[in-house]
Amino acid sequence: MLTIQEVEHVALLARLELSAEEKKMYAQQLGDILAYAQKLNQLNTQDVPPTAHVLPLKNVFRDDEAGEHLPPEKVLANAPDKEGQFFKVPRIV
Amino acid sequence: MQLYYLPVHELHTMLAKRQISAEELCRAFFERIDSVEEKLKAYVTLTRENALEQAREIDRRIAGGEQISPLGGIPVAVKDNLCTEGVRTTCSSKILYNFVPPYSATVIKKLNAAGAVILGKTNMDEFAMGSSTENSGFFPTNNPWDPERVPGGSSGGSAVAVAAGEAAAALGSDTGGSIRQPAALCGVVGLKPTYGAVSRFGLVAFASSLDQIGPLTRDVTDCALVMNVIAGHDPLDSTSAPGQAPDYTGYLKNDVRGLKIGVPKEYMGEGISPAVKQVIERALATLATLGAEIEETSLPHSEYALPAYYLIAPAEASSNLARYDGVRYGYRAEGAADVVEMFMRTRSLGFGPEVKRRIMLGTYALSAGYYDAYYLKALKVRTLIKQDFDRAFARYDVLLSPTTPSPAFKKGEKMADPLQMYMSDICTLAVNLAGLPGISVPAGFVDGLPVGMQLIGKPFDEGTLLRVAYTFEQNTDYHKARPGI
Repeated sequence: MLTIQEVEHVALLARLELSAEEKKMYAQQLGDILAYAQKLNQLNTQDVPPTAHVLPLKNVFRDDEAGEHLPPEKVLANAPDKEGQFFKVPRIV
Repeated sequence: MQLYYLPVHELHTMLAKRQISAEELCRAFFERIDSVEEKLKAYVTLTRENALEQAREIDRRIAGGEQISPLGGIPVAVKDNLCTEGVRTTCSSKILYNFVPPYSATVIKKLNAAGAVILGKTNMDEFAMGSSTENSGFFPTNNPWDPERVPGGSSGGSAVAVAAGEAAAALGSDTGGSIRQPAALCGVVGLKPTYGAVSRFGLVAFASSLDQIGPLTRDVTDCALVMNVIAGHDPLDSTSAPGQAPDYTGYLKNDVRGLKIGVPKEYMGEGISPAVKQVIERALATLATLGAEIEETSLPHSEYALPAYYLIAPAEASSNLARYDGVRYGYRAEGAADVVEMFMRTRSLGFGPEVKRRIMLGTYALSAGYYDAYYLKALKVRTLIKQDFDRAFARYDVLLSPTTPSPAFKKGEKMADPLQMYMSDICTLAVNLAGLPGISVPAGFVDGLPVGMQLIGKPFDEGTLLRVAYTFEQNTDYHKARPGI
């Protein structure tokens, strides 16, 4: 089981606001899942390289040419709030 | 048989011979949708007007003497995590409830170019996280074979649409079994292509190193026909494999003589229901009679796939889902005093419990002090899992297993215990970790519920999967069964 403080720390990193009840639930459930993940420690992986990706692709480049792009009004069409050609958000500092 | 229950290749023949118009066909499917959708709830959004317009356009082309392609005028459904320009794309999440994409996914453009008629967007577990479609932020979808049971997930809506005659074929996405598992539970064919075989451009990302788009269809021929449309290199997806996709219909041969099939014993052991095991053993006997050479084999690291997956997929998800912050699209919580409060409130109200659970888990696994112990460890185990497959494929042409440990389970049965729910993907997860192609085909029934058989192939060898699946299908009748709804 994780502590409530650990859950709060991770929630802040993930930008999630959790209720007291959710914190309790995730402390238990994440604890269970992480305990299950301990199973991986049965394996010695000292000399095993990690696989982040299965395809042997590296540095996929395209020609440096301007392509088509979306017009600003289409980009802004889904914005919850906007002003002129900008996304609008509450105060930052 | 009813029009809405015919496979794509038969509908194509009828359209090409002008025995039916694309508009009539489209209307027949909407009639079917209107009669069963209340019970099943496969769709989040229906695109009736667009569909009829697309169908009439195909009719004009046929009337003008044009040869239509195999998907021309065919009514299809697409999972609601594929971006459709001008049509709401929600991922079954409240955080995207109003999102109307300004562009279409590459697979959608390809369907459009092939003349396919898109009927609507199908329900799914929120952001494709789940195995029952109960995690949809809107409503659950019901299994047409027994509406008290789940259809599987996360592509549950797509599987139900095809199984119940609400679409002739559908697209889904598969990150750990999300095409194959619902296909198995609903009695249809579902293919997860090799990682990189189908462009992911415009697929809302869940775990980018595991996600693949693929077809759900009534039979193996239809699967090949849909693959012919959606596969191939795409410069807009930097993880798209170079080179040209083959003609997948060329592999539809009724012949498995001399093919070597390995049966990993770990996929037939503990945790697999004895009734499912029996179905698979009968299927193996059928394939043996047809001349395949069958042998038991081992993938020794199989038991580590689930814990590795549930660190890697949530880690990638926690990063991918950071973009939902209420700034550029989707839901934004009202009344926040500053921007951080807005992010936090938007995400807390917009995401459902399973999505939050995975974001938390992934964030934890990537956080300072735990990265090496959890995330990096899981990536190393991923290498061992991949090497198991490499060794097996040095000896076998395909591997065969059940797709799921049990037939469709009751709604609510696994919702309280996340680990129990995760176990329903125990036979499919490793395939994504290794980036391999996997197909589920109908292989029998247990108590009136469909059971799927999974075939796993070498990278980019969808061909052999299709050949074995096709041969099995040509010599059995399971794919012809339809639910009594």
